[in-house]
Amino acid sequence: MAAIPALLILSIQQIIHCHNHIPSKSPHKELSIPPRLNLNRLSNTLEMFSLRLGSVASRSMRSTLRTSLSRLPAASLAALPRHYSSAPAIRASDLVSKIEKKRQASIIGGGQKRIDSQHAKGKLTARERIDVLLDPETFREYDAFVEHTCVDFGMEKNKITGDGVVTGVGKINGRTVYIFSQDFTTFGGSLSKTFAKKICKIMDKAMLVGAPVIGLNDSGGARIQEGVDSLAGYAEIFQRNVLASGVVPQISLIMGPCAGGAVYSPALTDFVFMVKNTSYLFVTGPDVVKTVTNEDITQDELGGAKVHTTKSGVAHGAFENDIEALSMLRTLMSYLPQSNRDATPKTFTADPPSRADDALDTIVPPDSTKPYDMVSVIKRIVDDSGFFEIMPDFAKNIIVGFARIGGKSVGVVANQPLISSGVLDISSSVKAARFVRFCDAFNFPIVTFVDVPGFLPGSKQEHNGIIREGAKLLYAYAECTVPKITVITRKAYGGAYDVMSSKHLRGDINYAWPTAEIAVMGAKGAVEIIFRNSSDRSQAEAEYVDKFANPLPAAQRGFLDDIIIPSTTRSRIIEDLEVLESKRLKNPYKKHSNLPL
Amino acid sequence: MSFIRPTLFKSHNLTRLSFAAKQTPAFKRFYFGPCRTTEKTFDKILIANRGEIACRVIRTAKKMGIKTVAIYSDADAESLHVRLADEAVRVGPPPTSQSYLNVPAILDAIKKTGAQAVHPGYGFLSENSHFVKQLEDNNVVFIGPGEYAMQAMGDKIQSKIIAKEAGVNVIPGFNGVVENVEHAKAIANEIGYPIMIKATAGGGGKGMRIARSEEEVMEGFRLSTEESKSSFGDSRLLVERFIDTPRHIEIQLIADKNGNYIYLPERECSIQRRNQKVIEEAPSTHIDAATRKAMGEQAVALAKNVGYSSAGTVEFLVDPHRNFFFLEMNTRLQVEHPITEYITGFDLVEEMIRSAAGLNLSTTNQADVNLKGWAIESRVYAEDPVNYLPSIGTLSKYIEPKDYKQEHDVRCDSGITEGSEISMYYDPMICKLSTFGQTRQAALEAMEHSLDTYMITGVNHNIPLLRSVISHPEFQAGRISTGFLGQFYPHGYHGYKFSQPYTEEPIMLSVVAAAVKKILAARSVSGASSSKALYDFASTNVVTSIPQSTEDGETYRVDTKINIKPSNSKSIEMAGENEFACEAQIISAGEETSAVGSKLKINWNISSPFINAEYVGKDGTLSTLVVQYLGQSALGVNLQYKGTKFNVNVLSPEAYGLSKFMKEQPKLDTSSLVLAPMPGTIASVNVKPGDEVSEGMEVAVIEAMKMQNVLRSPRSGIIKSVLVKQGDAVNGDDILVELEK
Repeated sequence: MAAIPALLILSIQQIIHCHNHIPSKSPHKELSIPPRLNLNRLSNTLEMFSLRLGSVASRSMRSTLRTSLSRLPAASLAALPRHYSSAPAIRASDLVSKIEKKRQASIIGGGQKRIDSQHAKGKLTARERIDVLLDPETFREYDAFVEHTCVDFGMEKNKITGDGVVTGVGKINGRTVYIFSQDFTTFGGSLSKTFAKKICKIMDKAMLVGAPVIGLNDSGGARIQEGVDSLAGYAEIFQRNVLASGVVPQISLIMGPCAGGAVYSPALTDFVFMVKNTSYLFVTGPDVVKTVTNEDITQDELGGAKVHTTKSGVAHGAFENDIEALSMLRTLMSYLPQSNRDATPKTFTADPPSRADDALDTIVPPDSTKPYDMVSVIKRIVDDSGFFEIMPDFAKNIIVGFARIGGKSVGVVANQPLISSGVLDISSSVKAARFVRFCDAFNFPIVTFVDVPGFLPGSKQEHNGIIREGAKLLYAYAECTVPKITVITRKAYGGAYDVMSSKHLRGDINYAWPTAEIAVMGAKGAVEIIFRNSSDRSQAEAEYVDKFANPLPAAQRGFLDDIIIPSTTRSRIIEDLEVLESKRLKNPYKKHSNLPL
Repeated sequence: MSFIRPTLFKSHNLTRLSFAAKQTPAFKRFYFGPCRTTEKTFDKILIANRGEIACRVIRTAKKMGIKTVAIYSDADAESLHVRLADEAVRVGPPPTSQSYLNVPAILDAIKKTGAQAVHPGYGFLSENSHFVKQLEDNNVVFIGPGEYAMQAMGDKIQSKIIAKEAGVNVIPGFNGVVENVEHAKAIANEIGYPIMIKATAGGGGKGMRIARSEEEVMEGFRLSTEESKSSFGDSRLLVERFIDTPRHIEIQLIADKNGNYIYLPERECSIQRRNQKVIEEAPSTHIDAATRKAMGEQAVALAKNVGYSSAGTVEFLVDPHRNFFFLEMNTRLQVEHPITEYITGFDLVEEMIRSAAGLNLSTTNQADVNLKGWAIESRVYAEDPVNYLPSIGTLSKYIEPKDYKQEHDVRCDSGITEGSEISMYYDPMICKLSTFGQTRQAALEAMEHSLDTYMITGVNHNIPLLRSVISHPEFQAGRISTGFLGQFYPHGYHGYKFSQPYTEEPIMLSVVAAAVKKILAARSVSGASSSKALYDFASTNVVTSIPQSTEDGETYRVDTKINIKPSNSKSIEMAGENEFACEAQIISAGEETSAVGSKLKINWNISSPFINAEYVGKDGTLSTLVVQYLGQSALGVNLQYKGTKFNVNVLSPEAYGLSKFMKEQPKLDTSSLVLAPMPGTIASVNVKPGDEVSEGMEVAVIEAMKMQNVLRSPRSGIIKSVLVKQGDAVNGDDILVELEK
């Protein structure tokens, strides 16, 4: 609803413009219309129908209307035709009501029946979603009058204004975002050429001004009647997704079906979130699966939120329902910068920089095989325990997410000793690698907490390419030029030590807690190799522990900048972030790098 | 095999010192007066215990200039009592039988550290006369009664015979060991139902069962046998008549080895669940001076009869006519001793140490004992207030309440700090929260305020229940019995309920929630700074949705639609560093309510979780409330009010209108499943696949924190699969047994 004022103003200007083009019948000199009357008439007429809209938006519309009319140059008022005071008032309102009719059609989309059925499924409509997501009264819609151009299969008689997607610009927490919201009630949200054009338009604008793009997906797929035009539309979007990648943050929220070629647009964006039970993502649906492989599977089992957040890793999170998902998206947006040209946002925090959390001093258990929760380590260090975890249910042996430290938005990567001792495997490497690259692209300082016993051994991992997949994380960290701060809380063994933002991969600040053990491997394994022929291994083990199961050897070599008391971690990181704010580092010129895909 | 790293903080001396320096504040909540001892007692003592009581004893020892030695299991290596003691010695792996009950390891620790005496605390070895004997053989002093007195009173059958001889009133019952189930049934029929089955070596409610029918005797006998075996290594049981609607009132006495005996004013411990005390107070509202004197004198007579020394407690059941019957004597320092210290000014641990060292009591004249006021103790447990099941986990946030109206009127006896773990190996008690006042009313008020400003997150806790009991009209009036919780909370406590929507309370909470959300939202806005007014919420329409739950666990929400506007031009302003002040006026509400026109003034220092609100009614009446901010939720904020957590959704009227379309997520169908109600170990599995079970039949027993919990079939049917076996460790909500659909 909030979209109405801007466009209405536009249309009124057009009306006035129209009148300007009938000057032949009424020469300028004869003009003697009292401007007050005219203005009031027009304004009142408009006010009447805006009252009919009956929303909060209409109030603001009226006020913008007045300002906008009063801002019209005197010349243009003078140019109004003489007979405007009698007959043209009706003509203007005719036009206005025609426009209004179209707009209403666009607002109602597929009609009340379809809106009701959308609601019955527990889903909101495209416009309701936008209302919940954006700051009140900030949405400005574009292309509300767009209609499809298809003339095949009787489609020319079947047009719905807006054509199944609502696009425009608005604000979240006072910051600009571009948004498209697919309207399942209109042609099932299917994608036509014009539908795609609307999306492409806002993506182009987003890149131009440097603001994030949010896509709310709820679409049955391609508009089959349009054939190859629809496919072309998808590709146009894909191309923009790729060009915008690393330029502006792109976020997809899947709030209904998203199948076939349509899945690749969200897949190209930075983050994909889903709504539990009402959304699914798959390349081919259950029917095709049944025909081709004879496999019986439901939509939910094939591509529901649970599958994609726990098994496939396609989605970065899932939420209970539409309202919760949109509300959480607002939270996520508060961490992101507008584009790669901006630093990450800095907000006010009451959490004191010097806050020393004593619980950190005892959080790492003395028994090095006993797990502890790294999420609580993170929450104790960051501002107000606020941590927005990305992919919390996938590859849980590594944690990635956004937090604020001293008000500054940062990316956090950490091994999770609670799950498989925090080992690095294929899934966790890929999960962290993608996150690290996102952070690097958008200027997020990266804070890494390390407690890693190494890479996961076994034929399953080796045969599935742990070498290639593990290399991705190594590559991502090594390529990164943003500030990198590393804290080793306990184990940092073997190659995994190197990977986890070590000094050798241009780590800016590398700390260890006194409980850190930086070594090629654990004591037992090491002793078995070094003292292969010795009978008394326990003595050797104790010696190895004394020598390597502590952070001193690494610190003596300068691989650590300091060994710090855990409760001081927060204040140290805040100091470092401040120092590193002016960090400038460039990688050698290249067309693009060649990440081991 | 797990490798235990010698704690780095100790072996490298890297940070040990700085940690120690930071620990001193942990003492600040204790207070029991200045040291009364100038004579020499001991140079070094060992505390054969853990948790809060170990910390408690260390405190007095330090006051008296005595060095302390802590013992610890692997699970406790970094716990508070270890950090507070001068020395600490590991005694074994986490299970108590291998650590805190491991006598050889403890004797080794004594030898290694040269401790001259041992304070046993309560539980563990505190009432184990064999341990006392072994200490004696090693020339180590036991800070507690002598071996004979302990043995005589520790055995519940023998103690009753002795009590009778000493002229103490006793309850009718069978004075001997029950041989088997049949025997138990026979006795029950003889003395009449209801009966109480309990372990002869028991205490603290463990191995204790009430039976009102033959079936319950059978089940109770078996469970008590198992529990007492696992808790005390002694499966002997006794049976006695159970007195209905009794009050549990006990007399604390102190004695030295020189024949001085003093009894102190009574403690009332009637608020119990599963026969474990939850809230205690001293003195009792039920006891008059004459009864107090009679009880005290009988207690002293009993103590004299067995040559008792040190601190001890004689427990009585008191009926509504103030007839009292001897229950048992506890030959140790009681958990609830702080309230006695509050009202008498004695440091009971100091008196125990004096007695053990052969000194006289600090006061030997009964006439010097007088009542200084009223004290209440709430035992804060990590447990679900609905079913009293223990909850384990890490205390992610932990803030103890501060003094209320005067210095030292709030006392927290705890052995944990933020970040500590409540483990499945030990008792789930978090803290003993005691308050003091000149009158009972003052002590109760201090308790209410303390519970409101006590923040615990990370584990489930019973503060909601404690808060409710303290404010319960019957409790406030002192009309209580041991059946209080069963009578007024028959299905546990499901959280604070608002009497009606659109009354002052839900509206106040709504305004607080709306203001909190506004303040937090203001901070997400880019460019917000601390120096200027952050957000202007001019006039705001909000709909809040506050969850409530019914007795049977169903939840519903109380929705309140309000229009509020700030009382001055800036809706939220910085009143100081991090200090937000917000005054809102309630303009209108979705329904007619007297709250319209009232004002709510909110003060919140956002670096603290406590929000103070002042509510000025239309008629000018002022009430204050404390609300805890627990964190943000997807659609609003999590608040704690009167002990209960509320996930308050704060929505715009538009979003609220749309929320009716949102669907509840389908819940796991548990009608065919038996789930583990808490983490623990499977003690037994009584069914196998294919077995036919009827509703309520026992399918498995889970043991956690030394309590046996029977898991029953949710309905009649056939067992489909059994997913665990005896000895398995399980997590809460793990599926144990599945029934055919």
